[in-house]
Amino acid sequence: MSDGTASRRRGTRRPPILLVMLGGFGLLFLLIPLMGLLGEVAWSDLPELLGRPVVVDAMRLSLLSSVAATLLAAVIGVPLAWLLAKVDFPGRSLVRGLVLLPLVLPPVVGGAALLFALGRRGVVGGPLHDLTGLVLPFSIWGVVIAATFVSMPFLVITVEGALTALDDRYEWAGATLGAGRWTVLRRVTLPLIAPSLGAGLILTWARALGEFGATITFAGNLQGRTQTLPLAVFVALESDRAIAVALSLLMVLVALAVLILLRNRWLRSL
Amino acid sequence: MKRGVLSVLGIAMLVSCSSGERTELLVSAAASLADGFIAIEAAYEESHPEVDVVLNFGGSSALREQILAGAPTGVFASANETIMNDVAAAGLLHEPSQVFATNRLAIAVPEGNPAGVAGLEDFDRPELLLGLCARGVPCGDFARTALQRAGVTPVVDTDEPNVRALLTKVELGDLDAGIVYVTDVIARSSVVDSVVIPDEFNPTARYPIAVIARSGAQDTATKFVSFVLGAEGQAVLADRGFGVHE
Repeated sequence: MSDGTASRRRGTRRPPILLVMLGGFGLLFLLIPLMGLLGEVAWSDLPELLGRPVVVDAMRLSLLSSVAATLLAAVIGVPLAWLLAKVDFPGRSLVRGLVLLPLVLPPVVGGAALLFALGRRGVVGGPLHDLTGLVLPFSIWGVVIAATFVSMPFLVITVEGALTALDDRYEWAGATLGAGRWTVLRRVTLPLIAPSLGAGLILTWARALGEFGATITFAGNLQGRTQTLPLAVFVALESDRAIAVALSLLMVLVALAVLILLRNRWLRSL
Repeated sequence: MKRGVLSVLGIAMLVSCSSGERTELLVSAAASLADGFIAIEAAYEESHPEVDVVLNFGGSSALREQILAGAPTGVFASANETIMNDVAAAGLLHEPSQVFATNRLAIAVPEGNPAGVAGLEDFDRPELLLGLCARGVPCGDFARTALQRAGVTPVVDTDEPNVRALLTKVELGDLDAGIVYVTDVIARSSVVDSVVIPDEFNPTARYPIAVIARSGAQDTATKFVSFVLGAEGQAVLADRGFGVHE
């Protein structure tokens, strides 16, 4: 223990030159692509480019679908996190692993899996189509489902972590004062985990906003219907690079805004 | 350009890794030619054991960037004449390119054609789920040309980023129809059916081939190009549904 402290103190005085160099390269590796992007931006045309229908459509669709995906994730993901944190059921660690799967899985694989399951001839999508005539791919529902699938794990692990770390005694205290289980949840538990819930929702929304692979595989790509910002960037790269760059810049700004939000709401508490 | 330099390094490593005794010939070919050129490589090496053909597949525009950046490419087979013209404009062709294969379009439908798609005229029916390749992707531009010639304003449900993605959605039955290359429906004939697009509407994609000037293996390269243009090479391509050279 004392050795560790000593070497840490020595380390802060003179960091090893190799680490400084490698770390510096690490930083450059992150910065250079951003500089490359900024170098491509046609600043004077930017307002006109950002006003084009393809951009406006993609922005509208991205906002709508990412907010819808976040809400859907909250409605089904927070209860799942609560079950994982509070109920000791058989196979809990297996379920926890399953919840994490979309984080590790390449999104295009998730999209293919969604297509096999919820496509017009899929195991669930087939009967759904026969009964209701509803087709999920190529619709905004498909976009929302793909985004929810890849982004919900962020919410579940953040909220589950907060619930696990929560001191049970607050909830017990509420219960002994006569509050019902719903009241405890609403008046005690949720307010206590509010910062984590907020951070989880922002992370989920940001992941949903950036979602590409599962969306294009499951929901397809059509301007105004399923073409979100990342899809519009991808398609524009092959046809109109100025638009692709303008859209990319827009997404970088959104990402920075998310980081600033997270810094104030969440990172400070770490 | 930087990306091109990296690719050149990669290709140089690819070439230097292959065997020493035989003359190496680097052939850069469009991805859609992969099946055909793998078969051509085998046939060519059988009759020319002194040559080691090294195949480098990719999007034609990426291959162009590699060649312009100095890749040791001996032969370039492009899916698109415009891209070949860029290489020619840089003064890198040994001789003018020759068209060695053509491709046409076909309508791919799920097995059994459940929606009863009969032709291009069905592409404006909003009740069907229809897909094309996106604009800017060659198969997307060709498909729109065909529809325009047929006087059809398409009502599509998705603009797919490449022809394989489009074909997959047709195979799964999520789309009722999509416009792809004839060679694609032949390659996947066990899982998709196809509807013919009449010649009068059907544009022709031309694949040019050329020897690259500074490769240092021009004799070997010229012989390979003759082989592709000759009876054996053409037969291999015709088997896979390509139109062969005029």
